[in-house]
Amino acid sequence: MLDNSAQVFFLSWEHIWIVGLSLLIATPIGVPLGILITRHEQFASRVLGGANILMTVPSIALFGLMLPILSVFDMGLGKVPAVIALVLYSQLPIIRNTYTAIRNVPPSLVDAARGMGMDKWKRLREVEIPLATPVIIAGLRTAAVMNIGIAAIAAYIGSGGLGVYIQQGIERVYPEMILSGAILVSILAVIVDGAMAALEKAVTPEGIKVQRRLMR
Amino acid sequence: MITYESVTKIFGTGRDAVTALDNVSFTIPKGEIVVFLGPSGCGKTTTLRLTNRLETLTRGNITIEDQNIMDMDVVELRQRLGYVIQAIGLFPNKTIAENIAVVPKLLGWDKKRIWERVDELLRMTNLEPELYRDRFPAELSGGQQQRVGVARGLAADPDILLMDEPFGAIDPINREQIQNEFLKLQAKLKKTIAFVSHDIHEAIKMGDHIALFDRGRLIQYETPEVILTQPKNKFVADFVGADRALKVLGLMKVSDVINRKPKNILRGEDDAREALKFLDEKGFRYGIVIEQDRPIGYVNQKMLKYESGPVREFVEPFPLFLKERTSLRDVLSFMLMYDEVTLCAVDEDGRFGGTVTYNDIQKVVRESYADEAESREDEVSP
Repeated sequence: MLDNSAQVFFLSWEHIWIVGLSLLIATPIGVPLGILITRHEQFASRVLGGANILMTVPSIALFGLMLPILSVFDMGLGKVPAVIALVLYSQLPIIRNTYTAIRNVPPSLVDAARGMGMDKWKRLREVEIPLATPVIIAGLRTAAVMNIGIAAIAAYIGSGGLGVYIQQGIERVYPEMILSGAILVSILAVIVDGAMAALEKAVTPEGIKVQRRLMR
Repeated sequence: MITYESVTKIFGTGRDAVTALDNVSFTIPKGEIVVFLGPSGCGKTTTLRLTNRLETLTRGNITIEDQNIMDMDVVELRQRLGYVIQAIGLFPNKTIAENIAVVPKLLGWDKKRIWERVDELLRMTNLEPELYRDRFPAELSGGQQQRVGVARGLAADPDILLMDEPFGAIDPINREQIQNEFLKLQAKLKKTIAFVSHDIHEAIKMGDHIALFDRGRLIQYETPEVILTQPKNKFVADFVGADRALKVLGLMKVSDVINRKPKNILRGEDDAREALKFLDEKGFRYGIVIEQDRPIGYVNQKMLKYESGPVREFVEPFPLFLKERTSLRDVLSFMLMYDEVTLCAVDEDGRFGGTVTYNDIQKVVRESYADEAESREDEVSP
């Protein structure tokens, strides 16, 4: 592994890149969708149910399903289907957390905001989103860690990333290689989890932090 | 001025329909506090929420300064009406200053004017601006948070305030204090206020008028005195409570019953025998001894018998003195506590102002209820 440090760095970078890109795409889809279903409760169970079903499809099966469709555009293998799959898998934690977070804003605050004459956009921007942000970021954190694992499997459709070690190790019956791939993926997951936790803390409004500290 | 005209609100439709308000009409006069009072689910909060269109009218009209609220832009309407709710309505992610600044900011005031106004309001509500401006709501006590809530409602200097059980979540001692502060503020500001409460004591204290609701109907709309002394029906009488005579006393002050020129006055230098004769002749059971305009105590026949010399030597001092503003409820309580039937009122410098006797108090209570027997008979069922 030490001999291959350049390759390790490259594959790690590739891995992060796939996961990061998928989150960058998934967030602007999932968060507004999550907010939207708090405004139109009648769709909430259907949207969350749909995202749940997506989650139950095994990743290998999903890659297989996408293969014939994307092949039409000559993109059946490689990074494109990997990123699409990760975006789909991210939806459940992102939508669910956004939905829960917005719904958990105390009704008295929403009432106060309405009663003082904030329109629905101001209400979202000044009250609901700031209060919901920590939980929304927690959803992104779940999605990121989960996607690091799934991205390892995406090596089978040629997406690259650290999954390459695992895949090649299995093919060559080379346990040390499998192990080093698995360890690297785990380390990456732990680091990303830590970074997201820090982000979660950073975006928590100051007043809420004070409140939590005093509640203890 | 806010006018409610045949206001009806029905929640839900068809078989699930619930009538929350049924044909309610009354007017809140300019510059007055009207307390919406009643048990939970009586429609008082709904009435308030209809006023700033947090709920939508089913039938009827609400007008503010002769302008129908349905003809106004809903956001403008709400920005025009100050809205104060329990302390939990402060935004925890905003500082105290930002919380207060919400409506001025929505109205697009410039920054300097907003911050000046915030400091002015903090001082008005007895919060030191330097200390509290940049704190967060979680760092303040319940009473302080509620002061901020009031300041926030007053921020854009609205003519009308809607207050939804604003002091409901505060402990009794702080509540008393913040109510007093608020009344003092109102005496200066003269806002038109709709004030929801479920607490009869608060209603009597705060209200110029009380609108008493029950199951969606306005049962009685009157001043606190009339509600207490002439309850319209059994519901009102029950709601007001069996101790309403005491509550009436809570509304009345020493100045309402004071006897400024009592006849049984003695001077400190009067001789005991003379004094005794005076009391016997006039048939007084006791005399109040005054020296240099100050009441020093009282004497009765028993204390003076077989004595000679100036009465000041035999005086039994009063346990305490009343002020003109002392409520009769407190006076009665003092009388019971100290076993006295007469107490003296004094001015700020301790000079004698008059007496209040147990009989005087009994008389005003009796007078208050004199016409009750009649009004109970021609009671109209709503």
